[in-house]
Amino acid sequence: MEKESITVPEPIVNIIDLVLYYGKTKALKGINLDVSKKKITSFIGPSGCGKSTLIRCLNRLNDLIESVTIEGSIKIDGRDIYDPAIDVTDLRRRVGMVFQKPNPFPKTIYENVIFGPRIVGIKKRGVLDEICEKALKKAALWEEVKERLHTNALDLSGGQQQRICIARAIAMEPEIILLDEPCSALDPIATAKIEDMLVELKKDYTVIIVTHNMQQAARISDFTGFFMLGELVEFNVTTGIFTNPREKQTEDYITGRFG
Amino acid sequence: MTREAYHKALKNLEDEVLQMGEMVANAIRNSVESLQKRDINASREIIKNDLLINKKRFDIEEKCILLIATQQPMAVDLRELTSILSIVTDLERMGDHAEGIAKINILMGSEPLVKPLIDIPRMADIGLSMLDKCLKAFIDRDTETARRICNEDDQVDALHDQIYRELLVLMMENHRIIRMATYLTWVSHNLERIADRVTNIAERIVFMVTGKMEEINVSKY
Repeated sequence: MEKESITVPEPIVNIIDLVLYYGKTKALKGINLDVSKKKITSFIGPSGCGKSTLIRCLNRLNDLIESVTIEGSIKIDGRDIYDPAIDVTDLRRRVGMVFQKPNPFPKTIYENVIFGPRIVGIKKRGVLDEICEKALKKAALWEEVKERLHTNALDLSGGQQQRICIARAIAMEPEIILLDEPCSALDPIATAKIEDMLVELKKDYTVIIVTHNMQQAARISDFTGFFMLGELVEFNVTTGIFTNPREKQTEDYITGRFG
Repeated sequence: MTREAYHKALKNLEDEVLQMGEMVANAIRNSVESLQKRDINASREIIKNDLLINKKRFDIEEKCILLIATQQPMAVDLRELTSILSIVTDLERMGDHAEGIAKINILMGSEPLVKPLIDIPRMADIGLSMLDKCLKAFIDRDTETARRICNEDDQVDALHDQIYRELLVLMMENHRIIRMATYLTWVSHNLERIADRVTNIAERIVFMVTGKMEEINVSKY
């Protein structure tokens, strides 16, 4: 069924008729959606609805799964990211990702943050120091760790580790930051800190977040997509989704009448 | 402090309630002044401006609903938002009472008043002073002041009773002034209701701060 969709300002990502199969199972059934530049867009929906699968398409993480086949297209800045000529490493630099469980490397805080820039060949200590400070400041972590940059990142709390991972993504100066359930392993205060930081980050970056916690989507995002069984049921401004959704399925889900 | 954007939105909402309070206070003040000066055009202006008060109420309500829907306010924040929903309803009705006084002035046209206006402006002054203190108490979370405001309502009620009695006497003496005297009882009634609405707001402030629903303005009947 063709759903009414909204036009977002300054679309930076265009997802067009995207279909994804895991083997023979159709996990995404023709998704059409635009993501607005320097806004927070969230994807919500019950488990297995395809929201994580979709976000993983945006930096081609699904390429790593052999059984996956994809139809349709995803354009970033007007260019199809599934074009064979695309440099996937460069794509992943431009589209950073943060996962559900904080996964800092067993290295120092400093080494974690400058890991990416160092891989791409930046060697000057002064430049790396600057990148580290800037990224940690943007991740709202600088004040908490500036005195102990050379201690092990694994000694930090879960919330701090997750912000290290966000700083690590920011250090590569991406255009888009993808977050797959970034707060599901964190307590409410650590969650609030991450949420505040994401609201700050959208001044410079486009943020796309997958969350099980629909209240989180309500709190911080500008646009929300509700997914179910591989379909995009509704995509709308967040205030619209949470005060007056157009689709009954969306209303049933957000009011807890679903399932 | 976390959730800065949310707390800023709450603060902005408080400012909007104050702005609406100011609009309503102006409407009340102007309605009585226009009556004193028998200025029909000024009364027409009050009726026109009431639409802006009504719009402001809808705007604030919508913002409250958006914050409740998207920010999951808890504890004192939740009480504040539900109180604001109630406060703006009272303010809007107070605006309607001012509009009522403006309409009465227009209905009275050019006929002379049956008595000089002394107690009616006094009622308006007390009501306005109550409203002013009440809005300050809202911002300061000041339950003491909120409770005291309810006592001041007794003065307004007493003035209303007095005006009503005086006008009854005048009407009994001269039945030709019944129409004009009745209009003035309506004005007095509107002002009496305005002060009652302020006490509703004061009760909401106490609830907002303490979490307890209390009837502070107890009826004398």
